[in-house]
Amino acid sequence: MNAPLIVDGVTTSIRLDGQRHDVVRDISFQVAARETLALVGESGCGKSMTALSIMGLLPAGIASVSAGKIIVDGIDMVAADETVRESVRGNRIGMIFQEPMTSLNPVLPIGFQVGEALMQHQGLSRSAARAKALDLLEHVRIPSAARRLDDYPHQFSGGMRQRVMIALALACGPKVLIADEPTTALDVTIQRQVLALLADLQAREGLAVLLITHNLGVVASVADRVMVMYGGDVVESADVKDFFARPTHPYSVALLAAMPRIDATEGPQPIPGQVPSLDAMPSGCRFQSRCHLRQDVCSTLPPLKPVAGNPGHQVRCWMRGDT
Amino acid sequence: MLKFALKRLLLAIPTLWAVLTIVFVLIRIVPGDPTIVILGDQASEQARADLREKLGLAKSIFSQYIDFMWQIAHGDLGRSLATNRPIMSDVLSVLPYTLELTLASLIVGTVIGVPLGVLAAEKRDGFADWFARVFSLAGLSFPAFVSGILLLIVFSLKLRWFPVISSANLVDPIERLRALVLPALNLGLLMVAYVTRVTRSGMLKALGEDYIRTARSKGLPSRIVVWRHAFRNALVPVVTVVGLYLGVLIGNAVLTEIVFNRPGIGKLIVTALNQRDYTLLQGLMVVTAFAVVLANILTDLTYGLVDPRVKTE
Ligand SMILES: Nc1ncnc2c1ncn2[C@@H]1O[C@H](COP(=O)(O)OP(=O)(O)OP(=O)(O)O)[C@@H](O)[C@H]1O
Ligand SMILES: [Mg+2]
Repeated sequence: MNAPLIVDGVTTSIRLDGQRHDVVRDISFQVAARETLALVGESGCGKSMTALSIMGLLPAGIASVSAGKIIVDGIDMVAADETVRESVRGNRIGMIFQEPMTSLNPVLPIGFQVGEALMQHQGLSRSAARAKALDLLEHVRIPSAARRLDDYPHQFSGGMRQRVMIALALACGPKVLIADEPTTALDVTIQRQVLALLADLQAREGLAVLLITHNLGVVASVADRVMVMYGGDVVESADVKDFFARPTHPYSVALLAAMPRIDATEGPQPIPGQVPSLDAMPSGCRFQSRCHLRQDVCSTLPPLKPVAGNPGHQVRCWMRGDT
Repeated sequence: MLKFALKRLLLAIPTLWAVLTIVFVLIRIVPGDPTIVILGDQASEQARADLREKLGLAKSIFSQYIDFMWQIAHGDLGRSLATNRPIMSDVLSVLPYTLELTLASLIVGTVIGVPLGVLAAEKRDGFADWFARVFSLAGLSFPAFVSGILLLIVFSLKLRWFPVISSANLVDPIERLRALVLPALNLGLLMVAYVTRVTRSGMLKALGEDYIRTARSKGLPSRIVVWRHAFRNALVPVVTVVGLYLGVLIGNAVLTEIVFNRPGIGKLIVTALNQRDYTLLQGLMVVTAFAVVLANILTDLTYGLVDPRVKTE
């Protein structure tokens, strides 16, 4: 059986002042049912652009997918027209966003917002959608959900709103869930509860989850595989165990060193320098301006190569990986 | 909601009290002795004293104030100086004309202005947006009496579709409606200019919010995203402008009533000014003040319906 989410050679470009910039470059991956793929990388590396490309929600007139295929539950989202994409969104694929405080509509009751996708995709009546919304809110463990159906978002805390968002994204029983930094805006204990809830729902419904985060601690605790992005390129991808055992790309190594750890002898080491701006991206490897291994060859883009003979662990670096 | 409405009504009492006090003071600080202004400077001392007695000006300012408030509390606006008729009945006899004009132009303004603004925001920088911007700029720069005269020249004098004198026949309901069209269009089109602008900018803001992305991530068609999710939020500034515009509308109604020669509060104000009818003028100011305060209450109550955050605050 095919994976519920297949991304194949996708490039996403934005137009700024008449110039085309690739913010996601030739990215390929699959997420199987019950699997969690974590997408990590610094701010601006193209994680959200990847997610929005999959959803078909790129900002109109600014960004578009310029190459590649995206197959969601068997449907090609790039080739399809907008009506088909609408029938996929919220139905076969759901998405949770980073900002629980602003991602819910302030003037509509939450029960309605959760049930809305059911009316749209399954033709449920208002009252049937409401009854199902109550089930969903109980599923995500909103206390006394029945009383809260008609409450508005401002009457909920951040953590509760993110639970509402999860209920909303899972309303139609999608095969794929994209979670774009679902816990970044929450404090640590709430973070843990929300992640546990997600893992629980994933196991129950067999979801394929694409989890976007820049917290490697979260990756270690919930992901099956990791994909590291830098400047729109995938620079390393591996099973979680392999990744933490043998981080290979210089950027991955730097990311891990930048993470605070209890067992470390030294403090966290920030990555020197900054991500180059879109119009100053070097040709070839985009990390070269901050890389201590840089050679002349780095001005041509390296291919993804296996690491230590393991085809499941790949790195995009001339200085690392198998030749 | 009921509690919110009651609270809002109670809050209107101090506002009304303050407004009435201002009307009272305004009428009395107009420079010049009112008896001279009314009777002319040749009037005898006796005639002036009689008039002062009749106007209640002989009493202390404080007891004048108490009388004024007491009368208004009983729905009594006093009698006209010029005609000696009760002001309240004069006002009530023309009020329907002003109300129908205000209401009709409110409908024209929102029914055209709101969809135009939504369309302009949705198709930003497209033809509809361009049209809406030119149209609203034109609307904002036209004084009500200029546009009124233009409408009269084109539609009444040239095309002869509508009567020139709107008050010619107001008994026949069809004729009355026909007479309403041009004045209502005149006021309404000016309002379209305002409403289009706020709707457009409110919609642009709403369409950029995170919850719109959420709505789209549910697979809702853009019609629902625009009207159910964005428009409901853009409605708050629209309601504000419509509410505030009611005040402007009352002022513009005066000009429009004169240009189109319609009966109404506006015409009555002009009559009162021409005849130096102080008491009538005072009564009209009180009525207008009531109307504006009422418009504000309605606006606030609408907020409560539109935005759930207002009620719980
Ligand atoms: N609406 C936009 N207009 C112009 N450029 C944009 C827009 N959205 C994103 N970009 C650019 O696209 C690139 C990728 O952005 P993206 O939002 O995917 O980053 P990200 O990895 O999600 O970062 P973060 O961790 O901050 O969410 C960045 O260089 C960003 O500046
Ligand atoms: Mg992002």
